[in-house]
Amino acid sequence: MTNPTFPVAGTGLAGTPQSTGLSIRHAVMELGDGGTRVTALDDVSLDAAPGEFLAIVGPSGSGKSSLLAVAGALATPDSGTVTVHGQDLSQLNQGRRAAFRLSNIGFVFQSGNLIPALTAADQLRLVNRLAGGPKTFDPIALLESVGMAHRAGNRPGQLSGGERQRVGIARALVTGAKLLLVDEPTAALDRTRSREVVELLARQSHEHGVATVMVTHDHDVLGYCDRVVEMVDGRLVAAAPVA
Amino acid sequence: MFLALRELVFARGRFSLMGGVIALIAVLMVMLSGLSSGLVNDGVSGLKAMPVTAFAFDQGTKTDNAFSRSVIDDQQLSAWRGVEGVAAAEKMGVGMANATTDSGKQVDLTLFGVEPGSFLEPSRSAGTGLGDTDGIVVSSTAKAEGVDLGTVVTLDRIGTKLKVVGFTEGQATFGHVDVAYLPLKTWQLIASGRAAAGIPSAAQLSALSFDTASVVAVQAKPGAKLDLAAGDTAAGTSSKSLSAAFDASPGYEAETMTLSMIQVFLYAICALVVGAFFTVWTIQRKHEIAVLRAIGASTGYLLRDGLAQAAILLVGFTALGVAAGLGLGAAMPDAMPFALEAAPIAVATTLTIGLGLIGAAVAVVRISRIDPLNALGGQR
Repeated sequence: MTNPTFPVAGTGLAGTPQSTGLSIRHAVMELGDGGTRVTALDDVSLDAAPGEFLAIVGPSGSGKSSLLAVAGALATPDSGTVTVHGQDLSQLNQGRRAAFRLSNIGFVFQSGNLIPALTAADQLRLVNRLAGGPKTFDPIALLESVGMAHRAGNRPGQLSGGERQRVGIARALVTGAKLLLVDEPTAALDRTRSREVVELLARQSHEHGVATVMVTHDHDVLGYCDRVVEMVDGRLVAAAPVA
Repeated sequence: MFLALRELVFARGRFSLMGGVIALIAVLMVMLSGLSSGLVNDGVSGLKAMPVTAFAFDQGTKTDNAFSRSVIDDQQLSAWRGVEGVAAAEKMGVGMANATTDSGKQVDLTLFGVEPGSFLEPSRSAGTGLGDTDGIVVSSTAKAEGVDLGTVVTLDRIGTKLKVVGFTEGQATFGHVDVAYLPLKTWQLIASGRAAAGIPSAAQLSALSFDTASVVAVQAKPGAKLDLAAGDTAAGTSSKSLSAAFDASPGYEAETMTLSMIQVFLYAICALVVGAFFTVWTIQRKHEIAVLRAIGASTGYLLRDGLAQAAILLVGFTALGVAAGLGLGAAMPDAMPFALEAAPIAVATTLTIGLGLIGAAVAVVRISRIDPLNALGGQR
């Protein structure tokens, strides 16, 4: 491609991948084996720019999770390219993909998915150690930014669903990743907690220039998103800006 | 080990249960090892202490109880003396005897007839050496049975009287019976069946025309390698190295094989139990490991962490078990053949930890097969 024009965030679904944030181009992926193959991604192209908070909605089995897996270097599409911060993920082997995820991609999972044995502060310390981060790393300051400093010494079992999700968000930010992939963050939360958590995600992406892609069922929280994309049967069918 | 240590603390209940099993296995290991060493000492310490390279039995002697069954003569002895690499060779007589001390106490003795002043004469912790026709040097463990220097023991039935003139250095037993060393001539007199009641006299001995003994004890020159087969061909004997000859002492093979079998089973149980525990533990952590892998933890890190956890558990609780086993062993009654020796306990400890680690490793390797994709979606 010689076309030098970058697709404008939120509008372009074709052309040259941008050098920051996330770019997916013509991703195709089939799941299953033998006679029961399902097309999870059907020629999907998507961009998420730094500082943009993007939501992907759609019915179960529409390919949302596959999109997240492909964007997060957890799965490789059968064809098409995925570029994160200018790095073509298909160029990386399994070990390098793990290292790339560690320093460039933050994951926020359903109900936090924290390690049961670790306190809130230790959840963050572990990621910092995995990434070979600075010895001076201060988990309390990061917990403070998600309003959880007072729970630093508590294990997940002692935290509420919303608190767990906040710690999960702090954990995803430890390495300063500029792409945040969020999987159904409000699945286990009531309305008020859901709004708080998503508001926190929106604030983090805007303040720190993080490209955030959130898969959700929860239409209540879409008001906090910059853009909402809908998936049906492995295709992106709508990309309407949220008012 | 950041995660490993915190998980050990977090799941301390489960890990203590597993640790308890490991510790009990270690206790059992120490006890078995002590019992095994004790039985070996009881069985063959009299042989072990001898500066002997090999024993030559008469050809065709049945292996079990070969020491007291074999008969060799002077021709076989001189044939062995001519074998290359032999520093010394002596006849040795072995026989069992029931006896009564002068205080009326019944004792059992293994009579080792050796040439006084030869390399076979035992080192003593007390008393004088062999020489008098009726002088015997008895295992120091016989003191517990009331035998003392100067005690006269009378052999049952034939009535020959022998006097204790010395004690060996340390335990010298054979076939669970205390050894009494006596001059070969006296042994031959007793073995010939012509011994009269009372103290064996010099006249009796010189009149005796009985020159056979049980085995030829061979000592190799320092550094020389004995060609046992060549010696056997020349002398018409079948020889065994010192440690191989242990099998020829009464009950030795049966005892050690039984204990070895129990120990082998224990090692296998240890490896399997630890493997089973870490298999269940790893499956329980499946989701958490998927999350860690999704975040970007390397497989190597997770494997190292899992193995470190197993190692801490195994080393910690094995040490605890060995300590408890040593404490228990020290409290064993004297009647039980029990000897705590550093080398076999070290081997048992190493094997317990090593095999446990192998079991854990087989289980922990599952970590590398857990797909990070499992982190997406709900917690199952």
